[in-house]
Amino acid sequence: MPETTRMVLAGEGGQGVQAIAEILAEAANEEGRQALYIPNFGVEQRGGVSVAFLQISDDAIGSPKFLKGDVVAALSDRAVQRTAPYAGPETTFIYDSAMEGVADDLPQDAARVMPVPAMEVAKKEFHPRVYNMVMMGALIGATGIIPLDRARAAIEKRFGYKFEKQPQLRDLNFRALERGMELGCGTEGVIN
Amino acid sequence: MSEELVIEEKRVFMTGNEVVAWAALAAGADIMYGYPITPQNEIMHYWSRLAPRYGKDFLQTEDELSAGFATAGGVMAGRKAFTATAGSGSVLMQEPLAMAEMMRLPTVTVVQQRGGPSTATVIYSQQEVTLTTMGGNGEGMRVVYSTAGHQDLYDYTIKAFNLAWKYRFPTFVLGDGYQAKMREPLTIYDPEKRGITLLEPDPYVGREGEPGRDRPPAQYRNTYNLEEELYEKLMSDIRDFEKISTEIAEYESMHTEEAELVIVAHGIVFRAVREAVGNLREQGLRVGGFRPVTLRPLPAPQIRDLVDGLKKILVVESAYGQIARLLKEAAYGAACEIHTLFKPGVGIAAGEIEDRVKEILK
Amino acid sequence: MQPAPAMPKSWRVDNKPHKFCPGCGHGLILKCLGQAIDELEIQSRVVYGCDIGCSLLSWDLFNLDTVQTHHGRTTPVMTGMKRARPELLCIAYMGDGGGYSIGVQHLVGAAMRNEKITVIVANNTQYAMTGGQMAPTTLPGQKTETCPYGRDPGATGLPFQGAEMISAIAPDGAYVARGSISHLTQLTGFLKKALKNQIDGHGFSLVEALSACPTNWRTDAARTWEFIEKDMAGYFKRGEIKIPGQKEATANA
Repeated sequence: MPETTRMVLAGEGGQGVQAIAEILAEAANEEGRQALYIPNFGVEQRGGVSVAFLQISDDAIGSPKFLKGDVVAALSDRAVQRTAPYAGPETTFIYDSAMEGVADDLPQDAARVMPVPAMEVAKKEFHPRVYNMVMMGALIGATGIIPLDRARAAIEKRFGYKFEKQPQLRDLNFRALERGMELGCGTEGVIN
Repeated sequence: MSEELVIEEKRVFMTGNEVVAWAALAAGADIMYGYPITPQNEIMHYWSRLAPRYGKDFLQTEDELSAGFATAGGVMAGRKAFTATAGSGSVLMQEPLAMAEMMRLPTVTVVQQRGGPSTATVIYSQQEVTLTTMGGNGEGMRVVYSTAGHQDLYDYTIKAFNLAWKYRFPTFVLGDGYQAKMREPLTIYDPEKRGITLLEPDPYVGREGEPGRDRPPAQYRNTYNLEEELYEKLMSDIRDFEKISTEIAEYESMHTEEAELVIVAHGIVFRAVREAVGNLREQGLRVGGFRPVTLRPLPAPQIRDLVDGLKKILVVESAYGQIARLLKEAAYGAACEIHTLFKPGVGIAAGEIEDRVKEILK
Repeated sequence: MQPAPAMPKSWRVDNKPHKFCPGCGHGLILKCLGQAIDELEIQSRVVYGCDIGCSLLSWDLFNLDTVQTHHGRTTPVMTGMKRARPELLCIAYMGDGGGYSIGVQHLVGAAMRNEKITVIVANNTQYAMTGGQMAPTTLPGQKTETCPYGRDPGATGLPFQGAEMISAIAPDGAYVARGSISHLTQLTGFLKKALKNQIDGHGFSLVEALSACPTNWRTDAARTWEFIEKDMAGYFKRGEIKIPGQKEATANA
C-alpha cells in the first residue's frame, strides 16, 4: 500500500456509492488514521452518475482533488466511462462483470483490471439492494484498505437505526460484505 | 428549557459545514440569519437543529440582502450574530456588509466559495477572494481568514467572533465547496478550556435607561453630508485597520529560507502545495511554500521579505489571478519573477503544481 | 416672541428645527409617532430605524436609540434586531420607494412571518430625496422627473396599494392601517395601535401615512392640501385595514 490510498467510486444515483465511501472513511477514521471523503455534487439532486472521492492515509492528507486513483471502482456502465480518466498505470480498476458493452471504455493502462460478479451474487444469494455491500467487500478484499471488523462497525453506525427495526437486514448486509470480500480476494483480474 | 452547551475535547469526523455550526456554538454565537445557497446550506441545517437545544435562534430570511441586514440588526442589539453564503449570495451580501464596514459592525460571515461568475457551479472555486476582501463600495475594511480544512474552519470561526467583537470590523471565514462538503477528522474543543477568552458582545442600541434622560441616545448612521466629514470618518477607520494589521495578519510558511522558488497559495489549495513541496524536495529541488491565512489584511511585511530574498515565486489558485493581484500589490517593485498556475473554478492536485514547478525550474 | 410649538417628549430638543423642507409631511408623521411613543411610555424600549431617502434626515431627530440603514433595508435590520432582542420595540420608518419598491420583498417577508416589528411607510407618491422620480405610488397622469408627461398606467401600472397587499398576506395578529397628515389625531391613533400590537406580541404592524412633498410636487400650500385630500384620497383610502382578531376591515374615509 502507498502511504496515501486514493480511491474513486462511482455508480448510478441510488446504488449507494456515497454510502460505501462514507463507511470506508468512517472506518479508517475510527482506526485513528486520516481520511478525507468528498462526494461530487452538481445542481441536480437526483439522477446522473454519483462519484465519491476518498483518501486514506497515516499522514496528513493534502488536496481533496487528485488526478489518478490507486483504486477506482465503477458500479454501472456509465460510471465506467466517468471514472476511466482517474485510472493510471498504478490503478486497480474494479467493475461489475455483468455490465455489457463497456469493454471499449475500460482503462487500457491500469495496473490491474478486475471484473467482479457482484450484481450476480447479490441477486442470486442475497438481494439486489445489497449490491453496494458486495462491491464494498470486494474492494476491501482486493485492497485490504481497512479491516473487516472496522467496516462492520462503521456499517452498524451508519445503518444501525434501520437494523433496529429490521434486525435481519444487519445479517444480510454483513453476509453480503463477507461474500464480497471473498470475491475481492479470489479475483485476480487482468494484470498489466 | 435549553440545555447547557458542553463541548468535550474530542476527535470528530464530519463535514465542514457541520464544523462551522459547532464552531459557532463553541464561540457563543446567539443567532444565525441565512438564506439557502449551495454549498453552505448544511451550516443552516446543522445550526437550526442544534440552536434551539441551547437556547439559540435561527431565522431564514427572504434573501441574502435580508440575511445580511438582519445580521447587522442582531449585532447592533448586542448579540453574536452570523450568516453564511456563497456565490451570487455573496454578491447580494455585499450591500449589507458595506454598511457593516461603514458602521463598524462585528458581523461574522462564512463564505463557502462556489464557481463563478453568475450561477456557474455549486461545487468549488477560489473566485470569491476579490469579493470577500474588497467587495462593496468602500475600502475593504474587513478581516478575511482563508481556511485550509476542518481544523482551520473550527479554529478560525471561533477566532472570527472574537476578532469581530474586539475590533468591530466585519469578519469573514472564507472556505469553499470542498471544505463545506468533505469529511475529515478534526478536534473540537471548548475554547475557554484552552485559555481562549470569549469576548462578551456589547450592544450598540437598547442599553439600560431612557435616552435623553438617563443617557444620550445611541444614534448610528451611514450617511454623511460633507466630503470632509466622510473623509475624516474613513481615515479614522483606515488608521484603526492599519494599526491592527500587523497584529492580526497570519501566515504559514515552509522551507522558504534558501528556496529557489516559493509556491504561494491560500486556502485548500495550500494543501496541494504542502504535498507538492514535500515531493519536490525529495527530488532535490529547493522549493518552499507560503500561505497567507489572512487575505485581508495580508501579511504584507512577510510577503515583502519573501519576494526581496527570492528569485521566483509561483502563485497557484483556483481562480484567474485574484490572490495574485493582492500579492503583486504587496510585492510591488521587487525583482522577483512571478509565475502563475491559475485554474479558475476547479480544484488543483499536487501533481499539477509539481509539473509547473519543474517547467519553471527547467 | 412666539411660544415654541409643543414638541413630543421623545424628540430631541437640542438639534431642532429638524432638517425637512418647509411643508414636508415627515415632520408631521414623526410628531405623531413621538406623541404615540410618549403616550405609551415606551421611550426606553424603542429602537427607531430609518431608511435612505428623506426619512434618513430623522436619524438624530428623536431621543431614541436610532439606526439609519440602506434603501428599503430598515425592515430586515429591525427584524434582525427584534429576533435577537425580543424585549426591544423596533420601528422601521421609510418612504414609499423604500417600502413598496426596492424593499418590498423585505416588507412581504416580514409580514408573512408576522415579525413583531412596526413598519411606517410615508407615501408622498414619488422619490423625494433623489429629486422627484416616479414611484409605485405615483398617481395616473401625475408628472414626475421620470414620467414628465404624466404617469401612463398602460406603460407603468396603477398606484400600488401597499397597505392592502400587506393586509391580504399577513397572518392574523397583524395590524394594518392607512392614515394621513391631513388627519393627525387619527394617524396618531393608528401609530399607537400599531405599537401596542407589537407590545402585546400579536404580530406585524404597518401604518402607511399619506404625506406631502411640496418641493417636488411644486405646489403651494392650498394645492398641496388639495392633492392629499382629493387626488391621493381617490386612490388611497384612510382607515384600519386589518385588526387582530377581526375580519379584514373595509377602509373608510
